Amino acid sequence: MSAIANTSERPHAGAAISEAIGVPHAVLAAFLLVYPATASDFFIAQIGAYSLIFGTMALSLMLLAGYGGMVSLAQISVAGVAGYMVAVFGLNNTGVHGFGWPFWVLVPFATLVAAIASALIGWISVRTEGIYTIMITLAIATAFFYFAQQNYSLFNGHSGFAGLPAPEFWGVNWRSPTPFYYICLAVAVAAYIAVLYASRSTFGLALRATRDNQRRMRALGFNVTAVKVAAWFYAGIIAGLSGVLLVWFNGRISPGTIGVDVAIDVLVIAVIGGIRHPIGPFIGAVVFVLLRTFAIDLVGAERFNTLIGIVFLAIVFLSPDGILGLWGRIKPHLAQGSLRVGP
Amino acid sequence: MSVLDQPSTPSFTRRQGWGLFWLLVAALFAWLIFAIWPDWLNAILISKKAFVSAIMNGITLAGLYFLVASGFTLVFGLMRNVNLAHGSLYLLGAYVGYEVASRTGYWLLGVAAGFVVLALVGLVMQVLVFRRLEGDDLRQTLVTIGISIVAADLMLAVWTGATYQILTPDWLDGAVKLPIISAIKSNGDAVYITYPFYRLVVLAAAIVIGVGLWLMLDRTRVGMMIRAGVDDRAMLSASGVNVHVVFAIVFAIGAGLAGFAGVVGGSALSVAPGEDVRYLLASLVVVIVGGMGSIPGAAIGALLIGLAEQIGLVYFPTYGIVLTFVIMVVVLAVRPQGIMGKAR
Repeated sequence: MSAIANTSERPHAGAAISEAIGVPHAVLAAFLLVYPATASDFFIAQIGAYSLIFGTMALSLMLLAGYGGMVSLAQISVAGVAGYMVAVFGLNNTGVHGFGWPFWVLVPFATLVAAIASALIGWISVRTEGIYTIMITLAIATAFFYFAQQNYSLFNGHSGFAGLPAPEFWGVNWRSPTPFYYICLAVAVAAYIAVLYASRSTFGLALRATRDNQRRMRALGFNVTAVKVAAWFYAGIIAGLSGVLLVWFNGRISPGTIGVDVAIDVLVIAVIGGIRHPIGPFIGAVVFVLLRTFAIDLVGAERFNTLIGIVFLAIVFLSPDGILGLWGRIKPHLAQGSLRVGP
Repeated sequence: MSVLDQPSTPSFTRRQGWGLFWLLVAALFAWLIFAIWPDWLNAILISKKAFVSAIMNGITLAGLYFLVASGFTLVFGLMRNVNLAHGSLYLLGAYVGYEVASRTGYWLLGVAAGFVVLALVGLVMQVLVFRRLEGDDLRQTLVTIGISIVAADLMLAVWTGATYQILTPDWLDGAVKLPIISAIKSNGDAVYITYPFYRLVVLAAAIVIGVGLWLMLDRTRVGMMIRAGVDDRAMLSASGVNVHVVFAIVFAIGAGLAGFAGVVGGSALSVAPGEDVRYLLASLVVVIVGGMGSIPGAAIGALLIGLAEQIGLVYFPTYGIVLTFVIMVVVLAVRPQGIMGKAR
């Protein structure tokens, strides 16, 4: 754990961050900030905020899969843990539990529980390696879905919880489209910067080195299991926050929210966008949400899954690094083209 | 407290101790099944009838799980291909079986069609898809996820969300009296427990197929190649065997078994969207518990999971799934490679 503790003392971290904020980031940030002024409420909430929520959730998967080599299908379960915590300890109008904790206690608590759950899932799945992780996390996600569906004393079974309010303070109803968009943007940006920073920290380097050669890292004296479980914990914080946002967005949570199809959607989002860079999941989320919204015009609302499945298959076949990988492949050609034209 | 601390000539060895332990467990179990229960036991375990049917349901469900999971584990063991579309193969098999059986009126024809059609589907998947991505575990797995998404959606389009029941022929209907007495009536007559005949047939089919698979793997030339491939694929290829043919055979058998299980299971239970996920979960857990690539492991895993699920259903209904999950976690904690798995 020492590798994690001394990340903050790294002298060049500040320089790395300022380097990271390049022109593309500044343009993107400016666009995202003024986006609500240019769009309708539907585009702000259903497209903008929703993409940011699922982008954040997929970002937690990207942290695990891209840097740790651990492809998890349980991110929605982690988010669901946070969501159910919000429903149980916050307010709901279902009449089951609902202790009405204030949001500033509730959100950190729910996130922490989710992060601990994530660390436990990680601890179970790092017992084995590689492709087994996907199987174990899928089994966990499926088991959690069935458990939430069967259990009435804690999860209120099939119907789940409804009427979960987003907080209201400073005289703002934070569930109305524009404020909610900015909450989601703030969380997404914070998570994005955190992941970018973590990837350059000693912890991130240790994690990536573990992905590349676990035996060598062990021989160098690293506690490989601790590094991996820590990655699961951090990913759990990010996924937990996205889960809180998701229940505020929907106003309800039920086993359907954390179903296996959603678990797979999160993976699809991360893979479509690309899991090599933290921006990938957000690109994937925007593409996914746009496809889902406008699939009605393309193939009819009923066959959305066929469309997204085929897009997913095409991406996996053509470009293992997703849309980012496609861009990475086209970019050199463009650069070469301009050179050829020049002289 | 190591081995050295023990006396040099123990009265009986550890092995004998375990033997005695299992013998006692077996004796207790036999007593539970065959004896007439005293009242206090009825009070604890609801009733003997509930207990025995939970056990019987668990064992027959285990037969079904074994049929599904054996294909999954073979494919995984040989090709390192986690086929997450395996549940879709099960469901497609069930639909194909339903169509054939209801149109021709012959149930056995439906079962055969389920096997053959799905074996062909598996063959096509292997040749067209997985062969192109050989050696890339993650992409293969992602592709199977993509296939399962598309397959589930297309099956929903064709067969809608309705629940189907494949009708079994008359000779499979009815119930049989088991030689197990559940209670004694006041006039001295013994009440025997009855059980659906069809479910016993499912169990028998699973056992026959399990033994058949084992014989094929253990006694035939193809089986030898498959086992060699599970152990060392590169060496098998280097010794002049066309591994692609072996892969195709295994994938066809695995997919065919899933389709067969679909028809058989669809007759015992029902066919509906969502069953694919259920049987995928069952296969995953069975294979994680039993050990990857091992047929006996799949049998043991299926038995454990089937029993846990049914006993959980009877005795702690809302926590039943947790029992399955606990088994998985315990096995992963104690023996990460699964009960019969080989350490890699």
